[in-house]
Amino acid sequence: MALLSIQNMTKRFGGLVALNALNINVKEKSIHSIIGPNGAGKTTFFNCLTGFYRPEEGEVLLNGKSIVGLSPDRIVHKGIARTYQNIRLFPNLTALENVMVGYHVHLKSSFLGPILGLKSTKMEEAKAKQIAMDLLKYVKMDGKEETLAKNFPYGEQRRLEMARALASQPKLLLLDEPTAGMNPRETQDMMDFIEHMRGEIGITIVLIEHQMRVVMNISDIVTVFDYGKMIAEGLPEEIKNNKTVIEAYLGSGDAADSH
Amino acid sequence: MTKTQSLWNHGVKIGAIGGVSVLTISLIGMVQMFGKRFIVADFLPMGVAIALILTILTAYLAAKKTSIPDKSIQLANSVISGLMTAGVLSMLVIIGRSIKLRTVFVEASPQLYNILTGGIQGAGGIIFLLGVGLLCGVFAGILILLNDLWRKLIVNALATVFVLGLLQELIMPILKAWDLGVTNYIAELFYAMNGLTPMGAILAMIIFSIIYLSWYANREKIKKGYGDLPKETQKKTKYLGLLILAIILIVLPQVLGLFLSEVLTIVGLYVLLGLGLNIVVGYAGLLDLGYVAFFAIGSYVVALLTSPQIFDFGLNFWQALPIAVICGVLAGVILGIPVLKMRGDYLAIATLGFGEIIRILVLSDFLKPWLGGAQGIGSIPNPNFFGFHMVKPQHIYYLLLAGCILVVFISLRLKNSRLGRAWMAMREDEDVAQAMGINLVATKLLAFATGAGFSALSGAIFASKIGSVYPHSFNVFISINVVAIVIIGGMGSLPGVVIGAAVLMGLPELLREFAEYRMFVYGVALVVMMLLRPEGLLPEQRHKMALHDEPETEAKTAA
Amino acid sequence: MFQKWKDRVTLTDIVMWMIGGTLLLMCLWGSVSTIRAGLYTKSHWIDFVIFGLAQGSIYSLIATGYTMVYGVLKMINFAHGEVFMSGPFTGYFLAMAMWRSEFLDKHPIMAIIAIFALAMFISTMVAYLVEKIAYRPLRGAPRLIPLITAIGASFFLQYLFRGLYGSGINAYPDVQILDGFWMILGVRVLKIQVIVIIAAILMMLLLYGFIMLTKVGKAIRAVSEDKEAAALMGINVDAMISTTFIIGGMAAGAAGVLYALMYKQVHFFMGFIPGLKAFTAAVLGGIGNIPGAMLGGVFLGLIESVAPALFLDGLGIIAPYQLKDAIAFWVND
Repeated sequence: MALLSIQNMTKRFGGLVALNALNINVKEKSIHSIIGPNGAGKTTFFNCLTGFYRPEEGEVLLNGKSIVGLSPDRIVHKGIARTYQNIRLFPNLTALENVMVGYHVHLKSSFLGPILGLKSTKMEEAKAKQIAMDLLKYVKMDGKEETLAKNFPYGEQRRLEMARALASQPKLLLLDEPTAGMNPRETQDMMDFIEHMRGEIGITIVLIEHQMRVVMNISDIVTVFDYGKMIAEGLPEEIKNNKTVIEAYLGSGDAADSH
Repeated sequence: MTKTQSLWNHGVKIGAIGGVSVLTISLIGMVQMFGKRFIVADFLPMGVAIALILTILTAYLAAKKTSIPDKSIQLANSVISGLMTAGVLSMLVIIGRSIKLRTVFVEASPQLYNILTGGIQGAGGIIFLLGVGLLCGVFAGILILLNDLWRKLIVNALATVFVLGLLQELIMPILKAWDLGVTNYIAELFYAMNGLTPMGAILAMIIFSIIYLSWYANREKIKKGYGDLPKETQKKTKYLGLLILAIILIVLPQVLGLFLSEVLTIVGLYVLLGLGLNIVVGYAGLLDLGYVAFFAIGSYVVALLTSPQIFDFGLNFWQALPIAVICGVLAGVILGIPVLKMRGDYLAIATLGFGEIIRILVLSDFLKPWLGGAQGIGSIPNPNFFGFHMVKPQHIYYLLLAGCILVVFISLRLKNSRLGRAWMAMREDEDVAQAMGINLVATKLLAFATGAGFSALSGAIFASKIGSVYPHSFNVFISINVVAIVIIGGMGSLPGVVIGAAVLMGLPELLREFAEYRMFVYGVALVVMMLLRPEGLLPEQRHKMALHDEPETEAKTAA
Repeated sequence: MFQKWKDRVTLTDIVMWMIGGTLLLMCLWGSVSTIRAGLYTKSHWIDFVIFGLAQGSIYSLIATGYTMVYGVLKMINFAHGEVFMSGPFTGYFLAMAMWRSEFLDKHPIMAIIAIFALAMFISTMVAYLVEKIAYRPLRGAPRLIPLITAIGASFFLQYLFRGLYGSGINAYPDVQILDGFWMILGVRVLKIQVIVIIAAILMMLLLYGFIMLTKVGKAIRAVSEDKEAAALMGINVDAMISTTFIIGGMAAGAAGVLYALMYKQVHFFMGFIPGLKAFTAAVLGGIGNIPGAMLGGVFLGLIESVAPALFLDGLGIIAPYQLKDAIAFWVND
C-alpha cells in the first residue's frame, strides 16, 4: 500500500505552472528518488508536500488521510520531516538543542510544567535528551552536543540536519539533495547512511538528487520531472535507458520546441 | 604625488571623520554641558575628556588602518589625523568668531570657543587647539608603537581614572557613609568636591598598574590553579560567588544613601522590565516596541483597584497585583492575535502603534471618568508587607529584587524547556521552526503574553512606588529604553540586562546633565553596537554552566 | 467535512473575524447615527475631505520612500521620518532669513523654490548618509539587526537635530500668496490645501514616471525583484540602493516643506508620528508597491480626517479628535 499518494497536484505561480497534475505514489519503506533538470519543480514539490506552499489543485494523502492545505507544523505532526538543499540549521543553538527542537512534536510540556518543575516535565525532558543524544550518536556526532551548529564543518552540518529531521520520528523523510557539495567519499558515506536509515528505522525516504550514481545505486523507484511534469517513472535501470529522460537531460530539438 | 597621497590618505580621511564627530558633540552642546563636571578637579572637565578620547581614538584608527607596516608612516598618519580633527574645530572657531552662527546652531556660543581654545583669544587659541590635536596624534601614535602589554596598561589605567572620576557621586557617599577614619581619609585623598584630586588620579593609575602587572605576571598560574581544582571545589566556588552576590544585593540599599537608593530602584525597575522583554526580544526574536502599553496597564489596574479616587474598590496592593498581571497577559493575548500573524518587522511598528493607542486612550476625555484623563490617578497606597509599610525607596527595592528573582527563575526554567527551545528556534529561522512542528502563532503568543505579564508586574510596582499614575509617564521612550537595555546588554543574556540597565539607566541618573543627551547616546549606541558587536555587551552564554545541569541529572535518577 | 475544517481553521482566525466584524459593525452604526443626527453640514464634510486629501498626499510622498527602500533592502527604514524632518527644519532658517530681509514677500515664488531646494538637499543627504554609514555594512545580517540599527539611527537623528537647532517649536513664516481661500465650484477651500494636493500629485507623477520609464528606474525595480540576478546583469546594486535612498529622501524633503507650509511649524519630533502613519500607509498599499503606497497615504489621510466625526460622534464619544491618531494606528493593526 502506498504511504503517500499524490493525485493530480498542480501548483501555479502567477502564469507559470510549476507543478502540472502530478500523480505519484510512494510505497512504504521504499527509497524514492526524484530527479530532473534544474527548475523542473523538484523543490517546489517538496514545499507543497510540507505545507510551505499550497497547491491549487489536487490531493495529497498520507496513509489515506488528506494533508493538503494544512500548515507546515500540522504536517509534521502527521509524520513528514524534511531537510533543505542549502542546509538550514538553527545556527546559534547547540547540536543537542537543534535535535531536541526536532523532537518538539512529541513533547507536551508548555508553560507551567518547566516553571513548576513538574515531575512529568522533567521525565519528558530527560527522555528527549536521551533520544537526541542517541540520534547524535547515530549520525556519529556524539561528544559534540554542546557545540553551536554554525561551528560545524559542512558534512557534519548535513548529518546534524538529518538527525534533527529524524528526531520528529517521521513516517516519511524528504531529503533535498543530501549529497550536494560532497566529495566521493562523503557521498558514499551518505548513501550508506540513507540505506541504513531505511533498514534500521524502517522509514520511507523521498529524495531529490542530482548525482546519478547515488540515484541508480540506492533508489527502489525513480520519478523524473521536467517543467513541472512527471515524464517517467520506473526502476533505476528502466529510467537509465528511457528515451524521454535522456532527451530531457541532454535536450533535443523537440523538447526545446515544445516549450 | 599620488604616492604621498595614498600614504596620508587614512590620516586625512579618518581625521576628518574624527573632526566631524567632535564638531557634532560640540555643536549639540555636549562639550559645554559636561564642562562643569570634572574628571580631575579643576583640570580636566568631562566634556573635554570626551572630545580628547574621540580625537585619540580616531588618530589611533588612522594609524592602525594604514596598510604600510612602516612605524614612522603609522605615526605620521596618527599625527595627521589628530591635526585634521583639530583643524576642523579651528575652522569652527574661526568662522564662529567672525559670523554669528548662533541663529542656526543654538549651542555655538563663545563659551564653546573658549573651551576649545583653552580660553586663549585670537591666533594663540588656534595654535593651542592645533597643539592639543598634535599631542593627541602623537599619543595615539605612541600607543600604536608600544607592545600589547603596555598599550593595554596605559589605556586601562586612563579608563580607570575616567570611570572613578565619573562615578564620584556614587563612590564618595558610600565611602563617607561608613564614617570611619580610614574611609574618610581615602575619600578625601582621592576626591575633591568636583572630581578626582590630581593626586588621586595619579594614585589610582599607580594602584591600577600594580594590580594589572601582578595579575599579568601570574595570569597563567591563576587560570591553571583554578582549572586544576576538583570539579566539586569549582562548583563550591561558584556557589560561594552567588552567595556573596546575594549578600551584596541585600545589603546594598542599607549602605547607599537615600538618593542612591532611589537610583537603585529606578535601575531595579528597568532590570525587571528588561528581563521581561528579554523573553520577547532575546528568546523569541520578536521586536516589541509597545512594551510600555502593558506597563501602563499594570499601573492603571493597580491604581484603579487600590486608590480611593475613582472607584473605591479598597483592595490592597497584594490583592491588586495578580489582577494587574492577569490583565497584562490578557492584553498581550488580545494584541498578539492580530499582530503576531504579521512578519517580523511589521510587528515592531504595529506594537509601537499599539503603545501610542493605549496612551492616547488613557489621555482622552472620552475615558476620563474611568481613567482620570491627563490628571491621572493619585493616592495609591503603599504596599503593606505583613503590617510593615513599604514607604522608602529601600523597601520598594526589595520588592523589585523579589520580582527580578522570580523573573530570572522563570526565564532560566523556560529557556531549557520545550517552549524555550521553540522560541529560540523561531528566532533563528521562522520557516524551519515551523517545519519542525512548532505552531508559530501559539508560540509567539506565549512569548508575547509572558513578556506582557512581566511588564504589567513592573507597572504595578511602579504605580505603588510613585503613588500616582499619569498618562505622561507611559510614553514611547520607556519602550525604547527597555529595548535599548536588552539589545545593548546582549539579547537573550540575563546578566546583560542587568549591566544594560545599570549603564543606560543608572549612569544618566548619576550624571543629571546627561538626561539631555540620553536618546542621542542611545541612538549612537544602538547603531554602533549593531555594526560592531551585535551580540551585545555581555553576550548570551550558549554553553550551559555546570549549575544548570542539575534538573536533568535529577530527572534521570527519577526516570 | 467538519474534520477538514477543524484542521484548517485556527482559533486565531476566528478571533480575527470576530474583531473585524465587531469593528465593522461599530463603524457602520456610528456612521448611521452620525448622519441621522445631522451633526455636520455638507460644507463641514467637504472641509474634512479636502483636509484629509491634503494631509494624505503628504503621507503618500513619505510612504513612497518607505516602500521603495523596503523593495530594495527588505527592511523598514525607521529613520525615514527623520529624513522628512531634517529638510524643513533646516529650511526654516533659510525661510526666516528671507523673511527678515523681506525677500520672502517680494519674490515669494523664488523664496519657496529656494526653501524646497535646500530642504530636499538636506533630506537627501541625510537619507544617503544613513544608508551609507548605518545600513550598508549590514547587508546580509539577520533581519532584526538592520531594524534595530534603523531605530537607533532614528533617535540619533532626532536628537542630533534637537541638539543642533534647539528643542523649541519654530513657527514657519507666513507666505502671503499661500494664505486665504479659493472658491472652487462654489465651495470655499483653503488655498494652501489645494496647493499641497496639486504639488504632491505632481511630484508623485514625476517620481512614478522616473521609476517606470527611465533606465535607472528599471534598474531599481530589477534590484527590488532579485538583487543577485540584477548584479549578474551588470547592475551596480549598491549604487541603485543609494539612488533609492536619494529619491526617497527627495520625496520626503518635499513632503516636509509641504507639511511645514500647511501646519506652519517645525520641530525635531515632527517626523515621528507622520513617519509612523506613512509607514502604515505603505503597508496598506502593500509594501513594496509604489502606487499602492500613494493610494494608501491618501486613504489614511482621509480616514484620519473623516473618521472621528463619522464613526465616533455617532457613538456618543466625546472629543473624537483626540482619538484621530488612535484611529490611524488601528488601521495599521
